Amino acid sequence: MQIDLRTVAIEPRRQTFDHLARRFGDKPASRYQEGSYDIQAEENLHYRPTWDPDQEIYDKSITRIVMADWHALKDPRQYYYNTWTVARARQQETTEANFSFVESRGLADSLSEALKATTLKVLAPLRHAAWGANMNNSFICGYGYAAIFTQAAMFQAMDNLGIAQYLSRLGLLLGDTAALEAGKADWLHGAAWQPLRHYVEDTFMVRDPFELFVAQNAALDGLLYPLIYGRIVDDHLSPQGASAVAMLTQFMSDWSVESQKWVDAVLKTAAAESEHNRALLREWAARWSERAASALLPVVGLALGDQASAAVAEEMAAFKARLGKTGIQI
Amino acid sequence: MLGFAALYPTYGLIWKWNKRKENEMDMKADKKKLGLKEKYKLLTRDLGWEPTHHSIDTVFPYVKYEGIKVHDWGKWEDPFRLTMDAYWKYQAEKERKYYAIIDAHAQNNGHLHITDARYLSALKIFLQAISPGEYAAGKGFARLGREFPGVGTRVACQMQAIDEIRHAQTQIHAMSNYNKYYNGFHAFAEARDRMWYCSLPRSFFDDAMSAGPFEFMIAIGFSFEYVLTNLLFVPFMSGAAYNGDMSTVTFGFSAQSDEARHMTLGLECIKFMLEQDPDNLPIVQRWIDKWFWRGFRILGVVGTMMDYMLPKRVMSWREAFEIYGAGNGGALFNDLARYGIRLPLEWNDAVKALDHMTHQLNLGLYQWSFGTAFHTGIPSEEDMAWLTKKYPTTFDKYYRPRWEHIKKLKAAGKPFVNTGLAKLCQVCQIPTPYTEPDDPNTLCLRETEYKGEIYHFCSDGCQRIFNDEPEKYIQAALPMPQLFQAPLNGDIGVWMDWVGLRNGTDNGDYDGSEDQRNFAAWRATATSNQ
Repeated sequence: MQIDLRTVAIEPRRQTFDHLARRFGDKPASRYQEGSYDIQAEENLHYRPTWDPDQEIYDKSITRIVMADWHALKDPRQYYYNTWTVARARQQETTEANFSFVESRGLADSLSEALKATTLKVLAPLRHAAWGANMNNSFICGYGYAAIFTQAAMFQAMDNLGIAQYLSRLGLLLGDTAALEAGKADWLHGAAWQPLRHYVEDTFMVRDPFELFVAQNAALDGLLYPLIYGRIVDDHLSPQGASAVAMLTQFMSDWSVESQKWVDAVLKTAAAESEHNRALLREWAARWSERAASALLPVVGLALGDQASAAVAEEMAAFKARLGKTGIQI
Repeated sequence: MLGFAALYPTYGLIWKWNKRKENEMDMKADKKKLGLKEKYKLLTRDLGWEPTHHSIDTVFPYVKYEGIKVHDWGKWEDPFRLTMDAYWKYQAEKERKYYAIIDAHAQNNGHLHITDARYLSALKIFLQAISPGEYAAGKGFARLGREFPGVGTRVACQMQAIDEIRHAQTQIHAMSNYNKYYNGFHAFAEARDRMWYCSLPRSFFDDAMSAGPFEFMIAIGFSFEYVLTNLLFVPFMSGAAYNGDMSTVTFGFSAQSDEARHMTLGLECIKFMLEQDPDNLPIVQRWIDKWFWRGFRILGVVGTMMDYMLPKRVMSWREAFEIYGAGNGGALFNDLARYGIRLPLEWNDAVKALDHMTHQLNLGLYQWSFGTAFHTGIPSEEDMAWLTKKYPTTFDKYYRPRWEHIKKLKAAGKPFVNTGLAKLCQVCQIPTPYTEPDDPNTLCLRETEYKGEIYHFCSDGCQRIFNDEPEKYIQAALPMPQLFQAPLNGDIGVWMDWVGLRNGTDNGDYDGSEDQRNFAAWRATATSNQ
């Protein structure tokens, strides 16, 4: 049985703001819509940037991708600040519980030395790769167009930072500060890591925010996460007794699956806009994913040895299939 | 009041949270004990590295051209130590509370609990003029979060970037329910880009966005967040509290600890610049001079709200400036004196303007209110008695007689409307309503000839800012000249459609407005059985 309280009913004069009524009709707008559409200035930009007078303060032409309406790039997760923070806070609680579980039961110490060494060898340097991703997504937010697209990039940047910090905590838990020091030394000088570091440093030179989106969020992270957290942690380390590591990296696995939904939706919408966009995305995705695969191969080899080539090839095929669904055949 | 000191308890919570986690980490006896500072370092700046495949200058291309010299980014002191897990946990708690309250506010017709619907003019101005600035600041901090070579600096900027997105969104959400019932909110997006008075804050934020990374930090991080936030944030949010606006004041409480972080970032940044190299001092001082004056011009609108738009007033603009401007700001500049920083050049002009600025601006808004998406009005007898008390040396002498005259005109059925278009200041974009600092009977007008054109200014401060960077300010998009160009061609009706202003409901005098009638009628249904 339903009970309805009575409240004083007042007829609203309008349901929503004009800019939302033009897009969706005069009906109540969701908080995602209110917080995401048309909130960046578009007209009468006063001055050209002194840091690059060829650009406008908000400039659609910084990227070669062309959209009639950049607000088409909506986020299927409908993340605005509130929904993003609340979702991450929940995941944070789980991660915290996982860390305490592992710590309180001494699970880290029960890992064999060999397993622990492999885990640290692969995961510790990755905190620097996540930091590179953070820089790149901060760029995409800063120079991309339209809040609906750029806010999601900022959330991604902060997620990247969170991941870098979880990886650091994992390193501290399994191997103390020495593990982080060794990881950094590997990142800077270890042979297996140099192609990946080179890749990341090259992305710092990309100043087309959409190409950077492809290079970082689609190509690199599209291969890195399934390879590291799927192939290595879940499929290779866990069965040998390192399920504690899977617990400590659950955030990364969940996050990767979730954030791919956003990446795919953005790619799909941009590709569907025009042949020009599709061709460009194809070229970028092919070039960067090819390179990401070869940069990741020696890293994967640290754990999988001679199985690495097959694993990378399979994940590359899966990545191509995934991209194919967005209308980008590479 | 939401004074700066009151912002600190929230830090206690963050500290306790970090401390608790630190203790948990320390339970394992064989682990090396890490201090909070050391641990935070590992979780942030230790993530960075010096690139070898590209030069540092190409990875961070914008960091040198302003002339600021930084020798060691490692000397940056993290202004707050917040890791992402703590950030998510803490911010999500605030978000849950905030939305629970604004949902309840909407569900229970919270809008009927405000003192009077004329209060809403302050909110309308806030949504049209300030919330878009919050968004712009977020975008600017995202750029800094990429462009500064210092890792700790970048992390701090990135956190401010998402906070600013938060503020823009929560403000829009807080005001969304008012928009359903009251006029003037509905076209805030058009107003941001096209409304003449919105070009004041827009030009301010565009100026910061088009400046280099260090100047942006001084503009937004230091001048706006540190020197001026108390003058913007505290009066607005306290005004909301005093006038029964539950949803806006809840935003204020929820944003307090964010603002505290932003203030500490602004202060850390200026100290960092000054400590890195003595050559930075004149550059930083020039920016402080510029951004103090630009900020002060924006605050004219806030002061006018405090003195004229709140049915129940918190304090006068003059009192607010004495406490937060002269008091806190003065102490700050005393503190910075050891680096060689002096008070901003136009500080004395600001002090001289205190007894006049809000009265002059409000007279301007009243006579141009056919073109504003908020209501103005003639102050009541009671309001004028309050203004006399708060401005004993100027209100009765200069401003009461004008209102008495305007009142007579209205009573005679000929309300005073100025359809002439005002001369805009090329820098701050205010329609030059202010008088000379030492002569309240003479309009203050300045002009500079540059490349064969004459440019107009409202003050010495704005003229000086122009003369320092003329190539920047000649680009300003001025709303008044635009009105005479295609597609508007001087047609006021076409202009109103273009800015989203509905004539007869959004604009004009509050007295006799639809907002006034509806508020009275709705309140009657809610409080009686009629």
